[in-house]
Amino acid sequence: MSKSQVKPPLPYSARDVVLPGDAACHGCPIPIALKVLSAVFGEKVILVVPACCTSVIVGTYPGQSLRASIIHVPFASAAAVASGVAQALKMRGVSDVQVIAWAGDGGTADIGMAALSGAAERNEDLIYIMYDNEAYMNTGIQRSSSTPLGAWTTTTPITGKSEHKKDVAKILVAHSVPYVATASVGYPHDLYSKLQRARSIKGFRFIQIHAPCPPGWRFDPKYTARIAKLAVETGFWILYEYHNGKITLSGPSRPLLDPSKRRPIEEYLKLQGRYRSIAPELINSIKEYIEDNWSWVKRYLL
Amino acid sequence: MVRVVKPEENYKLPLTKPVVGVAGKTGLWRTMRPVVDNEKCTRCYQCEIYCPVNVIRVEPELGVTIDYEYCKGCGICEDVCPRSAIVMVPEPGE
Amino acid sequence: MPRVIALTGNHAVAYAVKLAKPDVIAAYPITPQSPIVEKLSEMIESGELKSSMIRVESEHSALAACFGAAVAGARVFTATSSQGLLYMHEVVHWASRARIPMVMALVSRTINTPWNIWPDHSDFVDQRDAGWIMAYAMDNQEAFDLTLQAFKISEDPSVYLPVMIGIEGFILSHTAMPVEILDEKQVEEWLGERKQPYIVDGSEPLGLGGLTPPEDTEDMFYGIQVAMEKSKDTIRRVDREYGKLFGREYGGLVSCYNCSDAKYFAVAMGSWSGDLIEATSKLRDEGYSLGVVRVRFYRPFPHEDLWGTLRGAKGVFVFDRAISFGAWGPIYTDLVAGLLQYTSKLPPVVNVVAGIAGVHVGAEDFYEVLKSLIGQVESGLEHGYFKWVRVRR
Repeated sequence: MSKSQVKPPLPYSARDVVLPGDAACHGCPIPIALKVLSAVFGEKVILVVPACCTSVIVGTYPGQSLRASIIHVPFASAAAVASGVAQALKMRGVSDVQVIAWAGDGGTADIGMAALSGAAERNEDLIYIMYDNEAYMNTGIQRSSSTPLGAWTTTTPITGKSEHKKDVAKILVAHSVPYVATASVGYPHDLYSKLQRARSIKGFRFIQIHAPCPPGWRFDPKYTARIAKLAVETGFWILYEYHNGKITLSGPSRPLLDPSKRRPIEEYLKLQGRYRSIAPELINSIKEYIEDNWSWVKRYLL
Repeated sequence: MVRVVKPEENYKLPLTKPVVGVAGKTGLWRTMRPVVDNEKCTRCYQCEIYCPVNVIRVEPELGVTIDYEYCKGCGICEDVCPRSAIVMVPEPGE
Repeated sequence: MPRVIALTGNHAVAYAVKLAKPDVIAAYPITPQSPIVEKLSEMIESGELKSSMIRVESEHSALAACFGAAVAGARVFTATSSQGLLYMHEVVHWASRARIPMVMALVSRTINTPWNIWPDHSDFVDQRDAGWIMAYAMDNQEAFDLTLQAFKISEDPSVYLPVMIGIEGFILSHTAMPVEILDEKQVEEWLGERKQPYIVDGSEPLGLGGLTPPEDTEDMFYGIQVAMEKSKDTIRRVDREYGKLFGREYGGLVSCYNCSDAKYFAVAMGSWSGDLIEATSKLRDEGYSLGVVRVRFYRPFPHEDLWGTLRGAKGVFVFDRAISFGAWGPIYTDLVAGLLQYTSKLPPVVNVVAGIAGVHVGAEDFYEVLKSLIGQVESGLEHGYFKWVRVRR
């Protein structure tokens, strides 16, 4: 195939919304996810953003780094404000704009959980995206309920976190909402197709995007995509879609149903400074956690 | 029905508009610079897709171009390139 | 056609909201507010009212949903009480600082702990510094009228601030009184379409509330203070307009009773002003020169109106149904500061805090207290003081 025939795997619209020169750290996964989002929706989105890294990334008044609409909202309120926006647009007959709650793991798994559960139960017509960098990165790497076992944070500074990661996608599956998906910045095309799927469905849709954070996870910024992929390849982060009561494993995770196809978890852990002092028994516990997650997923497989 | 009418007083409202370089010329943050060998490039678009600053463009004829005014030099493009067509080199010191 | 029906304070508010035709209502149940949204839910389910009702999982989410809907161009309404308002508090600030018009009814109830569902003004005055226009009704008709006027004031380009209307729980909320319900067409014509300073609805890329440097933020907050000042004329104008169209005018930010020739003045807010007026009538019959100033709007604070009425007074007695622990009643503090804008020589201004946590204070209590206070001034009291009067029976 000649070079002139090559087509980009994401539409060119991915170029238009995320403007260069934002305030994100080196190697930040969040603008990568935003680019994929824009490949699907262009500028016809209203992002409802609670306190999180994105609040800072999009920059300072009077500018913003996104050619899209943004409403900055109280920490606990993303799902509630998004519900209001969606209802207002419906009442006003605006149908060409997608309302998206765009929140971090703290704003979702912790302080925003009640509002999220409420909006999910009411089946509000919106998409909720949790970008999961596994700690309160914006305030300086404090532990969240989404921080995994053994990870160093500034509030688990010596022993690392002593509990496993809260599984928010599983909680949303328990709400029986129309669509739940897990995704990763390591797999933009997979995320793209999930956003397309979400776009075609009415009601409450939830996507959790695994998003490795270089300063928070203590790795070289160049490895953001590599570490995101390793989380999937080791089976630690399972890519799937939940729809109509069933789970479908996504391409990159499908072969990993067979544990022998998974790469050793140590490959994932050793690239990250946050696991530098992890005790061997905690690594075993992480391995059991991975097995438990796969057992859960299997129960819902088509 | 709803209509936008400006407030009577003329103080600022907390509203923002899209702008390139909202955090300044982020190219100044760079300590390492991605250098492209377009002969090696296969136009796979990996670097463009993963670039968090959205400064890489892959064009079938031209290959890879990078807007160094805003490239922060994170090095993701180097890491995702399957052909090692992008290499990070130190920026000249002061 | 206008018609008069017996309505509780809660239902008076609900009927006013129905006439304002909000696009979105979001609320969470709390005693004694719940009948407002129950009534509105009934109106929506029966098809009388074409609003979207978001039955949220908390008060924080109720106001957050209203905020989102209002920003996206919807006329919105919510109602709450006490702990609910405290739970909302973060979003109360968020909405006013975004300069987004909206209306909330507050059915007052004191603040826990201990559990107590009876009314005082502590929940209302707790929101003092939040940038909302804050008004308090004396009876159910005024609750109806103020709720409608709140939409008009909030959406006026000279204001663009949210408006909170207070009524006391049970005393008004659960007590039926005759209320005149206005004609739908007439209200629609008067209220007009919703106006707001901006809309975030995706029609153009626009951000609201992003990170802002100190000087720009201060400019935004200064704008709120200017809007508060401007709102005073808007409130007076809306009151006059409403009076001409619908026959009830209240005097703007304050209502005065027997003030023109009075030497002594009692100042109060809310439903107990009725008992106060009753007590002063009796005292006037006995020869006391006494008027009542009822604070209708607490924010913006009506210091011009108060000075206009109270200048030359021999004594001023401020009745507060809330206490700022460690200081005084909140109206007293503002009133004294307000009068000091005009004079350095104040008459004795006495603060009586009473009726806390729902303790009943009747006309006979006001009668005794006022008689004693006037007696003290007449026998040479030179300055004000604070007293928490604990009525027991």
